[in-house]
Amino acid sequence: MPTVKSLDDLKKIREEALEKRKAKTTEGRAQVTVAMGTCGIAAGARDTMKAILDTIEQDNLTGILVTQTGCMGMCEKEPIVQVVVGDQEKVIYGKVNPEVARRIVEEHIVKDQIVKENVIPA
Amino acid sequence: MKYYRSHVLVCVDPECLRKGAHEVLDSLQDELVAQGLIDEVQVLETSRLGGCSNGPEMMVYPEGVHYSGLTVDDIPYLVEEHFLKGRVVQKFIAPTISFADEELSAPKAKEVRVVLRNCGKIDPENIEDYIAEDGYMALAKVLTEMTPEQVIDEIIRSGLRGRGGAGFPAGKKWQLARMNPGDVKYLTCNADEGDPGAFMNRRVLEGDPHSVLEGMIIAAYVIGANHGYVYCRAEYPVAVRTLNIAIQQARAFGFLGENIFGSGFSFDIEVRKGAGAFVCGEETALIASIEGKRGEPRPRPPFPAVKGLWGKPTNNNNVETYANVPQIILKGADWFASMGTAKSKGTKTFAVAGDVKYTGLIEVPLGITIREVIYDVGGGIKDNKGFKAVQIGGPMGGCLPASALDLPIDYESLSSAGAMMGSGGLVVMDDETCMVDIARFFMDFTQDESCGKCTPCRVGTRRILEVLERICAGKGRDGDIETLEMLCQDIMATSLCGLGQGAPNPVVSTLKHFRDEYIAHIYEKRCPAKVCKALITYAILPDVCTGCMVCARNCPVEAIHGERRKVHTIDPDVCIRCGICMQVCNFNAVSVN
Repeated sequence: MPTVKSLDDLKKIREEALEKRKAKTTEGRAQVTVAMGTCGIAAGARDTMKAILDTIEQDNLTGILVTQTGCMGMCEKEPIVQVVVGDQEKVIYGKVNPEVARRIVEEHIVKDQIVKENVIPA
Repeated sequence: MKYYRSHVLVCVDPECLRKGAHEVLDSLQDELVAQGLIDEVQVLETSRLGGCSNGPEMMVYPEGVHYSGLTVDDIPYLVEEHFLKGRVVQKFIAPTISFADEELSAPKAKEVRVVLRNCGKIDPENIEDYIAEDGYMALAKVLTEMTPEQVIDEIIRSGLRGRGGAGFPAGKKWQLARMNPGDVKYLTCNADEGDPGAFMNRRVLEGDPHSVLEGMIIAAYVIGANHGYVYCRAEYPVAVRTLNIAIQQARAFGFLGENIFGSGFSFDIEVRKGAGAFVCGEETALIASIEGKRGEPRPRPPFPAVKGLWGKPTNNNNVETYANVPQIILKGADWFASMGTAKSKGTKTFAVAGDVKYTGLIEVPLGITIREVIYDVGGGIKDNKGFKAVQIGGPMGGCLPASALDLPIDYESLSSAGAMMGSGGLVVMDDETCMVDIARFFMDFTQDESCGKCTPCRVGTRRILEVLERICAGKGRDGDIETLEMLCQDIMATSLCGLGQGAPNPVVSTLKHFRDEYIAHIYEKRCPAKVCKALITYAILPDVCTGCMVCARNCPVEAIHGERRKVHTIDPDVCIRCGICMQVCNFNAVSVN
């Protein structure tokens, strides 16, 4: 445990503590849901998930909630990822390989530009 | 920063550990590694998730799912279902038990939570939770920006007075300890909460221990102490444990120990457990007890600020006093002084007990009236009965009648009315309470807790109790009231410490406000509230009794006679006045006189 030697040290720990507390809440600016049914996993949803998490970590993004769900009923389109940013309409992506997953995070969530090629029309 | 999509909090309280929490934890780690999820899911150890009765248990975020009753064999399935596939496993979900906190409820109207602000809100065993609530910011401010004189000035301006009961201005007390020369000084915290039914300090120590530690460190810096003690009764095992965890964490972060905040100031705290003697709440007895001597008070002066622990200048404050300090430093003296009355500033916690609808812990701004506390915060008298008296200030406080209901709660008003602030006991009594019996009850307590060092308290309280017991037993004599008055006066004037000086208060105040009840007991051999067993008789009303025999069957001493369908009678010589016949009668045919 680092010893606190200054007000700045303390402020840093307070920020981290608040961050940790945030991790426990179910609120997030954006919610990413990866379909993790057997079909999804078989189609490579685990790699998709890993790519999403890696991107979040590398780009130091905050306020993003990554959760899983089961089969969404469109097994031929797996891996499927659903993205909800703020109070906007949900967007469902199909055939999300790790490369697309990375683009979804960096373009859709960060820059608010939907990755049109992979969107499954509602 | 490492990003985890899910956080798992596994309870590692002793009870969960006993039920195999460690094995579950290991198995969970192994399984997450095996499934390749360990980089995505963070496993944390925590405490107090649900109560451990159905442990081992865990909490999974962000879903906020609470699992319990887990075994090692369940883990592979749980990990595959929940963490890999994202499906909540219904069969492991903990049954929702609505956990009612009977001691501390959500703040009611007219309550202001300053000392209790973090209780129930933060994890007391996690210093980071306290830091997230601006914890130790006041200490940082004091050590990096303020001189001891400035701190004293701020505390004096805030008007903070000792919350242990006597109400001595805290800033003045610190000033005295600071001014007294000495290279070694000590700081003590009085956590020897001995009033029956009072648990304000325990709750703060259990729920927000760091606020007390922070207040102590600030006070130690001000007076120049390098060592401090928290004197806590051994009957508070959870408080002692929480406090020790908090001290360890504060040391790890450098808030205790050498060179705190790089200021050159060093301070450390130890917890000393008391054996539960009531008198050890008196500061000189407390100091003697920490020194390892018999917990007995000594005459003052010299006051502890001059000659305290091991003969060195010592500052002693109550838990609640210290807990107020960080807030005053952070929010300023003016904020604190904006609450309360001209001479009594801030808020005060009370443990409300007795015949009131909502009992438990409250915190109200000083200056609030007794009526507001009982009727607005406490919800009024239980079972729609009438109000008779309120006893404020613990066993040495006084009983105030209905005419005092609009009295503001502050140090001076309570003292002049014959009660006292005390540490925060508040017992409400309804109109079926016998005030002579109440005086006898409190006298029995103080008489028992008298340490015996000085004669007035040791012998005097015993004599008072004997007279009161005689009166309650129906053997009161002419002159008893005068004897009581004389005894009370002498004990108050000549006792060594606050225990003896305050012990007669319940008798003095009931004699003043409820004298007619004493007269009824002594001269009419009657207990108006129908409580004192020797002065009441049970009788069966002949025109109501149906002769059902229920009372006769239930009487433990066979004092009730009568045949079926005939009126029954109670033999007063055999009757022990237990009242069972009255409770079992379906026709309200039993009366008490």
